[in-house]
Amino acid sequence: MSQGGSAIDTPLDSIRFMLDGERYELANVDPTRTVLQFLREDLGRTGTKEGCAEGDCGACTVVVAELNRDGDDVTVRAINSCIQFLPTLDGKELITVESLSRGGNLHPVQQAMVDHHGSQCGFCTPGFVMSLFALYKTDPRPSRRAIDDALAGNLCRCTGYRPIIAAAEAMYDGEAHQDWLRQPAAQDGVFKPPAERIEALRSLEREASLQYSTAGRSLFAPLTGDELAGLLANHPGATILAGGTDIGLWVTKQHRELETVIYTGRVAELHEHRVTASHIEIGAAVTLADAMQTIVDNYPGLDELFRRFASPPIRNAGTLGGNIANGSPIGDTMPALMVLGTTLVLRRGRSRREVPLEAFYLDYQVKDLRAAEFVETIRIPLLGDHVVVGSHKLSKRFDQDISAVCNAYRLELDGEVVSDFRLACGGMAATVRRAGHCEAAVTGKPWNEETVEAACKALSRDFEPISDMRASAGYRQRAAQNLLRRFYHESRGDVETTVYAYGR
Amino acid sequence: MAAESRSVGKPLAHDSARLHVSGTAAYTDDLPEPRGLLHLAVGTSSKAHARIKGIDFAAVLAADGVVDICTASDIAGENNCGPIVHDEKIFNDEIVEYVGHAIFAVAANTVDQARKAARLATIDYEVREPILDPMTAVEKESFVLPSERLQRGDADAALADAPHRLQRRLNVGAQDQFYLEGHVAMAVPGEDDTLTVYSSTQHPDEVQHLVAAATARSAKDVVCICRRMGGAFGGKESQAATIACMAALMAVKTGRPCKLRLDRDDDMIITGKRHDFVIDYDVGFDDDGRILGVHFMLASRCGISADLSGPVNDRTMFHCDNAYYLDNVDIESHRCKTHTVSNTAFRGFGGPQGMFAIEYAIDDIARALGKDPLEVRRANFYGVGERDTTHYGQTIEDNIIHEIVDKLENDAKYQKRRKAIRNFNARNAILKRGIALTPVKFGISFTATHLNQAGALVHVYKDGSVHLNHGGTEMGQGLYIKVAQVVADEFGISLDRIRNNAADTSRVPNASATAASSGSDINGKAAQKAARKIRARLTEFLAAHYNVAESKIDFADDTVTVGAEQYPFEEIVQLAWFNRVQMSATGFYKTPKIHYDRETFSGRPFFYYAYGAAVTEVVVDTLTGEYRLLRTDIVHDCGDSLNPAIDLGQVEGGYVQGVGWLTSEEVCWNDAGELTTHAPSTYKIPTCSDLALDFRVQLLQKSPNREDTIYRSKAVGEPPFMLAISAFLAIRDAIATDDRPQPGLQAPATPEAVLKAIEGDQ
Repeated sequence: MSQGGSAIDTPLDSIRFMLDGERYELANVDPTRTVLQFLREDLGRTGTKEGCAEGDCGACTVVVAELNRDGDDVTVRAINSCIQFLPTLDGKELITVESLSRGGNLHPVQQAMVDHHGSQCGFCTPGFVMSLFALYKTDPRPSRRAIDDALAGNLCRCTGYRPIIAAAEAMYDGEAHQDWLRQPAAQDGVFKPPAERIEALRSLEREASLQYSTAGRSLFAPLTGDELAGLLANHPGATILAGGTDIGLWVTKQHRELETVIYTGRVAELHEHRVTASHIEIGAAVTLADAMQTIVDNYPGLDELFRRFASPPIRNAGTLGGNIANGSPIGDTMPALMVLGTTLVLRRGRSRREVPLEAFYLDYQVKDLRAAEFVETIRIPLLGDHVVVGSHKLSKRFDQDISAVCNAYRLELDGEVVSDFRLACGGMAATVRRAGHCEAAVTGKPWNEETVEAACKALSRDFEPISDMRASAGYRQRAAQNLLRRFYHESRGDVETTVYAYGR
Repeated sequence: MAAESRSVGKPLAHDSARLHVSGTAAYTDDLPEPRGLLHLAVGTSSKAHARIKGIDFAAVLAADGVVDICTASDIAGENNCGPIVHDEKIFNDEIVEYVGHAIFAVAANTVDQARKAARLATIDYEVREPILDPMTAVEKESFVLPSERLQRGDADAALADAPHRLQRRLNVGAQDQFYLEGHVAMAVPGEDDTLTVYSSTQHPDEVQHLVAAATARSAKDVVCICRRMGGAFGGKESQAATIACMAALMAVKTGRPCKLRLDRDDDMIITGKRHDFVIDYDVGFDDDGRILGVHFMLASRCGISADLSGPVNDRTMFHCDNAYYLDNVDIESHRCKTHTVSNTAFRGFGGPQGMFAIEYAIDDIARALGKDPLEVRRANFYGVGERDTTHYGQTIEDNIIHEIVDKLENDAKYQKRRKAIRNFNARNAILKRGIALTPVKFGISFTATHLNQAGALVHVYKDGSVHLNHGGTEMGQGLYIKVAQVVADEFGISLDRIRNNAADTSRVPNASATAASSGSDINGKAAQKAARKIRARLTEFLAAHYNVAESKIDFADDTVTVGAEQYPFEEIVQLAWFNRVQMSATGFYKTPKIHYDRETFSGRPFFYYAYGAAVTEVVVDTLTGEYRLLRTDIVHDCGDSLNPAIDLGQVEGGYVQGVGWLTSEEVCWNDAGELTTHAPSTYKIPTCSDLALDFRVQLLQKSPNREDTIYRSKAVGEPPFMLAISAFLAIRDAIATDDRPQPGLQAPATPEAVLKAIEGDQ
């Protein structure tokens, strides 16, 4: 095949995926047709619902299964079908609420929901069932907190959630089942999918990348970094699609027409993900869920931030590279990555350059990213245990909300004196950026209340935030300072915990 | 019938539970689409207040897939969707009065095509000054309905003479219903100019009549059907008709089936919400905290039209007492016209705002006197046999608030925990805990007496199965299972013999909205009457046929006992059919005892009251204003519950929804009158983790309704919503200090509002 040339070798190439044991091959699919549209409008599978068409309510939740790296097991993830484009299903298995009941027999998850009165109006229920199903298949015995986290992307307006939590706790009580779909997660991995299921997924694997044009629109799903670089060189105006958790909304909400879409989800190198002696290196197409796990393993102070970042279906689809390349001023990963001294490896054609994250954002939605250039790898330095790293997010709701303010801190002490202090803030300006005045007020000073008060004063000179529906400018200013005070207290051990985790 | 074989009183699953969990419960948008179906989208105003000088539809009509448009000039009948006052147009062609006001609809072959095309009209506006908040409306005397006043005693004199007096202005925020299923209707033209409308509506009868009026038909020509809604909460009481009228008008114009499903943003922008209020109170009290006189000024944002704002605001006036006896009271109520969406019904229907005001006042009184608010609440509770007449003249005959609060105080260990909280707060500089116990007394009935009626139609088929129809709609509240339980027990049969039919205006006419928590009260009684008619006919027939006394005939366990003999139910039915016994019957019910004179705001608007109380404990971060609910205890009164599982769900769900109203759910408009919180990305209803980890809800046991309701149960839809006031006042309690005894926390208590109450404007 061509190295990302504009000529399309297989114009009738089709999207291939599994659904209920059946292989689907779809040709001429609009690249931005959503999985939800396909289910409801094309198949008449109306069990999956649209509640918001922006990935915020979870009524559309479905599960995607795909081969793991070794090809001997599958990973199971809940995603929002309302903003997931159909071509991203290529090579995977789609599981919907209809997949779970067989011949009138309910799945243990469904049965638990009935037994515990987990549905009232029932409209959100299929989405909850699918999020619970993903939990059932991935966590053998979730804590209450794990249940809360797993359901953070599903809104229910009727029940008040208590009966759904009860169902989540009870869904493991059924007897182990022959049917893989009905087998709960097992720590020892005994419940592997049957060979035919694995074989079916293997049969979908590609040697040549998926690419096609239909009705004036093109989709490319390159398999290698070289191919991606070549495609971008030939289609500099193309939309790079990763998790689609923002681009999906361009289509469902803004009704934008995307002519050429290049999907990075199949690029092998961009899924690489490793910890070296000095760095965490994360390929741009690694999901937020996977990337965050590695980051938190090394920086436990970021645990709360990442639990509160969007919801599991969004973190399962969205990528760290996408969050960074999108460059929203309220993107929650950037403040933390910035204080850690993260750099980005940018690739264009065969050339690469490495830029510090903090130099990447030039202005509101303006990045140091050239035409045909893409984020290849995110490199996060490992700083060692002597460096304190933390972050605070502030929003109206704890889960699945966009930050009013998001602070991230890095503190290094030499005795009582601060040898290095970094503070980056989201939600305070047109881009995420560091607070220079505040940092200067702390570095070289003793780490005490007096310094922190001076730092708060300095912080008020760093930003001129705006007022909007999330928070007023005054609150953002005040809260950013108070969060710094909280960080101080936490570093001193003066307060046992944040209110978020209180009692949990 | 033996208790164990009865259905009533059992914690049975929702009748559609298995369908819900398997994705096979069909909502309006899930119904099979008829051939030639067109999809609609609405073209709306981008200005809050303007005269339309001209519209160019060329780009709309030229857009891909567009088949037609529909405007005011296409309306053959009445251009109205106002349910009570005819003051709101379906399509507006002269004046637009809010951002989102409908101007036209476009029909296309796909949903996407319609939504894209709806944005393409070029509209020439002559912009006018909008009124965007209730107090500006009060100043300019901009009202949708005349202001009202309800007085008893001499509030001015009582206030002047009171030993203590407090005044405060409260802002109480709006709330979006945020049903998960947005508004949707599908209109299918039939032969001879008939129309069938599938609508997600709490009020099929109103949809039928407004569609008929708009399309110049009579009601006989229009059928409205709704099997279930994906949530409604009041938001589909009046608002559904607008959507249905649009679909129907386009169906008439094009001669093709038409479906209009609002996307989430349009739904939140175009349809009404809970009224936000500005409330001033002036309260005088004695050393015990007993209220001597109180004045309330209530100003609500009604939006552009009356909609249901009249009865909503009336209910606010009625519920300014909550559970407290107010001797000298003066309530002024302004129904403000603003250039924002017309606000409408939402669970509680104005009651929550009035109850919030009095609870806040009580909290203030306690803090002014240095007393525990619970003590002040008790000092003001309605008495039993004394101090028991409401300010609208209804004598309370069923007061059980004392028992409920005593039980809750004990079960929740309120006093012990209050001490623990005091100790915690003394030890912690940043995190502070707070607790509050608040009661609920909520009046049950439509305040418009004539709406308190219901009909049912029951068929028993030859095979012993039963088709059940009534005027109520199912929005998740479990009405259908409750009514089916009642009917099952009348026939002594198991529930699986009963099919719940969709609400359908051709089967049960002239039904009231399923609203005011009245669904199971009135439809349960109506269905019971229908079933009893059939059972009486069967009994009469059997007595004659077998020559036994009617008293020796019994229906239980799917079996009919006739004297010494027992027969399967279906055999008896077969026999009766063979002997030409009519096995279909209607039932009709009207709520007794109620009467009410709206001119004087006096009478007995409510058949009875439902009661409850909640204790909520919270922890607040005083650096940021964030908080967590730690524990909630509730005791709620459902009378003798028809279905404790369903009722428990209503109590828990209502409470959490109320917590959302008073905490994270902030409805925001900008200076141009645009709603800026119009999707779940910006409008935050509670999620799973917002629930208190420790959540203990009990239904009050052995406390039958003192009135003759269906099996002595009580309505449960709305009352628990107001239990959430305890969460708000617990937050206030947490941030009160000796230096700041009465923090001016406003609702909703977002972290920003909490920090503002802690630190003041910085």
